[in-house]
Amino acid sequence: MKITRRTFGAATLSTAVAAALAACGDGFDSGSASASSGTAGLTLLIGSSGDAETMAVKDAAATFTAESGVTVDVQLATDLNQELAQGFAAGSPADVFYLAPDFLASYAGNGSLYAYGDQLSNKDDFYPSLVNNLTYEGVLYGAPKDFSTLALFINTDLWSAAGLTEADYPTSWEGLETVSSTLTSGRVVGLTCSGEYARVGAFMAQAGGGLTNDTGTEVTASSPGSVTGLAEVKKLLISGSLKFAADLGTGWGGEAFGTGLAAMTIEGNWLTGALSSDYPDISYTVVELPAGPAGKGTMQFTNAYGIAEASSHKEDAVRLVEFLTSTKQQLAASKAFGVMPSIQSASEQWKSENPTMVAFQAGAGYAINVPTADGASDVVADLSSQLATLATSDPQSVLDTVQANLEAVIK
Amino acid sequence: MRPRRPRSSAGGGATGWLFVSPAVLVLAVFMLFPVLMALWVSVSDWSGVGSPLSSSVSFVGAQNYQDLVSGGLAERDFGIALRNNLWYVLLVVPLQTIIALLLAVLVNQKVIGQGAFRTAFYFPSVTSSVAITILWLFLFSASGAVNKIMALVGVTGPNWFSDPRGIVAAFLAMLGVDGSQRLTGTFLGVSAWEWVSGPSFAMTAFIIMAVFTTSGTFMLIFLSALQSLSPSVDEAAMIDGAGTWKRFWYVTVPQLKPTFFTVITLGLIGCWQVFDQIYTGTQGDPGKTTLTPAYLSYDAAFLKQDWGRGSAIAFVLFGIIILFTLFQRWVLRDKDASRARRSDLRRRHAQHRATGAPTTEETVR
Repeated sequence: MKITRRTFGAATLSTAVAAALAACGDGFDSGSASASSGTAGLTLLIGSSGDAETMAVKDAAATFTAESGVTVDVQLATDLNQELAQGFAAGSPADVFYLAPDFLASYAGNGSLYAYGDQLSNKDDFYPSLVNNLTYEGVLYGAPKDFSTLALFINTDLWSAAGLTEADYPTSWEGLETVSSTLTSGRVVGLTCSGEYARVGAFMAQAGGGLTNDTGTEVTASSPGSVTGLAEVKKLLISGSLKFAADLGTGWGGEAFGTGLAAMTIEGNWLTGALSSDYPDISYTVVELPAGPAGKGTMQFTNAYGIAEASSHKEDAVRLVEFLTSTKQQLAASKAFGVMPSIQSASEQWKSENPTMVAFQAGAGYAINVPTADGASDVVADLSSQLATLATSDPQSVLDTVQANLEAVIK
Repeated sequence: MRPRRPRSSAGGGATGWLFVSPAVLVLAVFMLFPVLMALWVSVSDWSGVGSPLSSSVSFVGAQNYQDLVSGGLAERDFGIALRNNLWYVLLVVPLQTIIALLLAVLVNQKVIGQGAFRTAFYFPSVTSSVAITILWLFLFSASGAVNKIMALVGVTGPNWFSDPRGIVAAFLAMLGVDGSQRLTGTFLGVSAWEWVSGPSFAMTAFIIMAVFTTSGTFMLIFLSALQSLSPSVDEAAMIDGAGTWKRFWYVTVPQLKPTFFTVITLGLIGCWQVFDQIYTGTQGDPGKTTLTPAYLSYDAAFLKQDWGRGSAIAFVLFGIIILFTLFQRWVLRDKDASRARRSDLRRRHAQHRATGAPTTEETVR
């Protein structure tokens, strides 16, 4: 009796554990098959900037469904990167998703991404520098969905209050130093930006530097151009006419600009949307960033559509991406939530529709990218973390560390 | 001779196992199995795609652990995270324990509105840490309430959440001391000066927040311990003429030793695992001074797809927590009891040698 009961208990327990573990294992292995074989539709996972973008994407998806008969389920991610990582780990990622270039190397490196770049009929229409930014080991992994460059936002009320005119819009570092110090008075600081490489890197570009060369194959972090650029930022910081957004008690340059704490800021075109929705009373103009010793320079940022290798509807997915990146759809998206089309054929029409934003478009000709090699985002984050104390540190030694760290990543 | 245990207990074992099996199963599936899987990931080259148990994933030994100490950015990030969290633990654990004890003693008195005080002190503990973090970001912003109050007494408050200076270094700088050139020896890629320069102002705000939110929880534990103390011991001390302070320090506190162990252990574990505040508040900024191993582990795994390193950090963190717990267990060990046991043993040995007969205690047992 006793033995039977014990054996029964042990047997029940072990069977149940085995079943549970088997169920887990099953979930892992068959996930890829079951995720996409059930329905014929596609899933599109997006990290939306707001209702306007969500509506626009849903409308575009509906149009695509009407044209092709393929249903598209648009899913909103609350934390896109985490949800993507979980999807890949479980073998059931979304078919198409927003892909930031920072994550390109790690996802392409571990085989999560489908390299569909060559199948795109509009491949040659994308700006070449954006294509560079989304190429990993010579293969294009994502179609850029839009992009932006950095430009100089000027608060026109503060500008004229300081006795400045349109003729004073800065075109050189000297000009920028002069107007910044003229605009700095009382609570208002002349110039602000976030204390991160993605903003101050523009100064390095204007001096002919940057963290890497154009193709991202060679590290140029401690090159004379980079050091000169960072030294200029330090000079502005010490003079007090440039303050980082965090030092003004704000989250980013746009907030400091919108709340009137700064007369100028260096930001991308997403700020125009934020200004009209959050700070509609600010009157402003956007001009190109001033030129440095090596000419004009700015930074550009893009986001792409990625397709999962685990997707079983890759052909439909490529068609969806082609549709979403077409001239017509990109111009519609631009109208809906203010992004800049990633294709050159849309450039002229976009310019005529957005005459106040031409400065962003102009930047496309001379912008540099943030390095995207595997592990480079750690190095960039480390550089950004050191910028908070730039006023008291030595640009050369900061960039020497970055050079060493980045060389360990880019071989 | 020791009496045999009743037979029935052996048969009850199997039934007992059967009855606890649902709980064991749930624990195994949701805790033991994921932990073992994470342990495997920490010694494998799993890249985040498919099952970590699939045949394409191979064993790489201690490689992921080695990466944490083999120079470069990975080592420095890990060192900075440990530095930040060590200061956090060193300040939060003693502060929250002392404040919790004081609050418990206060609300244990018979005062008007006792219930209201208990609720008020406990309230931060049941509020979502995300909500409190957001509140904290506002309170401690450059133009926030904290700095306004400091300005009233003539102190210019720091820009809490964007000031990467350590508070020890900032204090020494006011005295004109700067050790950045002298203390240059490094451990885990972080210089000695960085180790001693203390938590940044941002981290200090989080330290205050942790003390604010957790003191209430531990107050409750102390309160229940205080209420289970026998009043007769206190009364006996009172008859012996001990004052309030002496009774508290020499009578009440020693009786609370097991509670101290619980509170400090829970405090240590919670402090070493600090994550939500960092994730919602600062993500490691400013200047990586609020980076913690728990957040670094998340960052390495989920954002950098370096799952092996992320799991390795988590297990190093596990080891650190175990070490700290063992250490405080050793500090808080019952010295009186172990001394009594030793002297008892000596006495029994002596008696045994003298009489050659079993000691009284043994016969009784």
